[in-house]
Amino acid sequence: MITKEELIQPENRVYGKPALMNDTPMHYCPGCSHGLVHKLIAEIIEEMGIEEDTIAICPVGCAVFAYRYLSVDWIEASHGRAPACATAAKRLWPKKLVFTYQGDGDMACIGTGEAIHAMNRGENIAMIFINNAIYGMTGGQMAPTTLMGMKTATCPYGRQADLHGYPLHITDIAATLEGTCYVTRQSVHTVANIRKTKRAIRQAFENSMQGKGCSVVEVVSTCASGWKKTPAESNKWMEENMFPYYPLGDLKNTAEQ
Amino acid sequence: MDAQHNDVLLLKGNEVIAKAAERYGYDGFFGYPITPQSEVLETLAADKPWETTGMVVLQAESEVASINMLYGAGCTGKLAFTSSSSPGIALMQEGLSYMAGNELPGVIVSVGRGGPGLGTIQPGQSDYFQAVYGGGNGDYHLIVLAPNSVQEMCDCMGKAKDLTFKWRVPVIILTDGVIGQMMEKVQLPPYTPRRTDEEISRQCPWATNGIGLKNRKYNALSTLEFDPLVMEERNRRMAEKYSRIEAEEVDYELYRADDDPEFLIVAYGISSRVSMKTIDLLREEGIRVGMLRPKTLWPFPNKPISKFAETVKGILCVEQSEGQMVNDVRLAVEGQTHVFHYGRSGGMISSPYEVMDAFKKMARECVTKNWPKGYWMK
Amino acid sequence: MAKMRGAIVVDIERCKGCNLCAIACPLNLVSLSATVNHKGYNYAEQTDWTQCNGCTSCAIVCPDGCITVYRKKEE
Repeated sequence: MITKEELIQPENRVYGKPALMNDTPMHYCPGCSHGLVHKLIAEIIEEMGIEEDTIAICPVGCAVFAYRYLSVDWIEASHGRAPACATAAKRLWPKKLVFTYQGDGDMACIGTGEAIHAMNRGENIAMIFINNAIYGMTGGQMAPTTLMGMKTATCPYGRQADLHGYPLHITDIAATLEGTCYVTRQSVHTVANIRKTKRAIRQAFENSMQGKGCSVVEVVSTCASGWKKTPAESNKWMEENMFPYYPLGDLKNTAEQ
Repeated sequence: MDAQHNDVLLLKGNEVIAKAAERYGYDGFFGYPITPQSEVLETLAADKPWETTGMVVLQAESEVASINMLYGAGCTGKLAFTSSSSPGIALMQEGLSYMAGNELPGVIVSVGRGGPGLGTIQPGQSDYFQAVYGGGNGDYHLIVLAPNSVQEMCDCMGKAKDLTFKWRVPVIILTDGVIGQMMEKVQLPPYTPRRTDEEISRQCPWATNGIGLKNRKYNALSTLEFDPLVMEERNRRMAEKYSRIEAEEVDYELYRADDDPEFLIVAYGISSRVSMKTIDLLREEGIRVGMLRPKTLWPFPNKPISKFAETVKGILCVEQSEGQMVNDVRLAVEGQTHVFHYGRSGGMISSPYEVMDAFKKMARECVTKNWPKGYWMK
Repeated sequence: MAKMRGAIVVDIERCKGCNLCAIACPLNLVSLSATVNHKGYNYAEQTDWTQCNGCTSCAIVCPDGCITVYRKKEE
């Protein structure tokens, strides 16, 4: 019978942290979806072999330090302006992969204008949108995507329409714009969903490299700390409450034709 | 396209900004229309430089987006510029702070109009504070160039390109609606090719463009720092750089000021053109008056103004505002002589005769009033 | 009969004890340790490596990339 020492050998390694994800400990809370999406991005860039052709743009929000964790060239944009940065970077370096990584506050609130116009111009960029319906970094305040009735630090009695308006479905808006070629909504709470999200991000990256138009990958995510739940409870809560509001699946895919 | 090298043309100031950018090898323009500078984007759109020099031209959705496009371009080592007018430049202040904080190259053309708020669309110089002191957060400076002719608008685009890479500081060309709109003869520079990827990677090893990533540590450009000691260190390094800029890059011009004048006018941009006529008129009357014209507003020509302050009976600061640059003149003078301000605002431009009247009123006060002895006359 | 044999190595100091790996393991072979790492987290550990078939589920769902999976076909 094989011993553990014989098994744990480099030639038997089938899965592990991608090299592009460096050893800097991530500041994210235990179980945070950000780490998973970071890992997928690192895996995809490695698999595509485009480390030297990648310009990554991170937001203000929990992912503000994304540039510390993935060893590619990063631009840290001001709050909401990542799509404007990406627009210039891609137009000036048309052969590169240019992607933005934004949260719900960054893309769907303060930066709605930049996001929608970059999508609508058909900028050849990929936009990864982490939607956890709450402001994580600032301590759990209401997001544009906060669900009706959901409690946050700034809607402690639950989101209500007369006070706060309605959740913004920016991905659905994206799908209606002529400049987008691929709009999809995914999640990373199970192995199967992680694999689907990886395929989606890979397609978005390929679309950017091939100049097919703007791709938007929404990842419906958890925020265990903001939701005041364990990571496992958060996943369950997400399935029960987020998915009915933000159903998973492709909203648009004209890039495949 | 007028492809002849060394073309001599009759052009508007705004048009020449566009032509100069094409010829100085700028990589991109990102801007939003606003009066009185829209000819910059219009000229670029008509010239289609993307088909010739490869320069990217994009009409952005706002000035906020424009400056963040400049930020993105600068991060990757490319040379981009934008142009706008007073309210538009106001929207860019946050982006300028980020560009300064990350020490990025970039050129901003500010064609001033009357303010505040929407103000007027007529020319103004009430954005001196905005350009020199800025509205963005943090300890930072921008290099501010102040052309006073269409030819200088052209030259400033070349100078701005050199300065912004030399110092890694964004450069503002602060002009006004008169110079932007008026036509003058201009000698355009020959075409300089845009930098190749290899040249960019040599010139900007800090840039986030992926080039050579496998053989270097990855680059991340961020203004965020949680450790206040590290942030202070960063600020001090930048402050040290700013003092070197102040020592090396001050630029100014004298007009009829080389015969030990009794009075001095300090004026920049369109006000310097008006004041030149005033000085000619006063000289005809036998009054010894000259002008110092700052060509850089930051760094400001403190030393030469201070030197004049030792000997002149008074200084008149002429600017089309209710008094902004005059504060810097007073700081340079340090109480050695009297400093007066004259200017129109809200879109009005002084005539040379108005400036002459203001000058005479000032001169009379300086000579007849009972100033404390030795206060200004040494 | 050929059998897939697997084992995992956990980067203990990187682990934040989120427990998602334990939930993802179809054979319930991963759980949180009784002791803590230097950051104070109960870290993930494999309880019985002899049952592991190296399916990688635990590592795939790990947000921090703490788990490396080794797998070999045993003839």
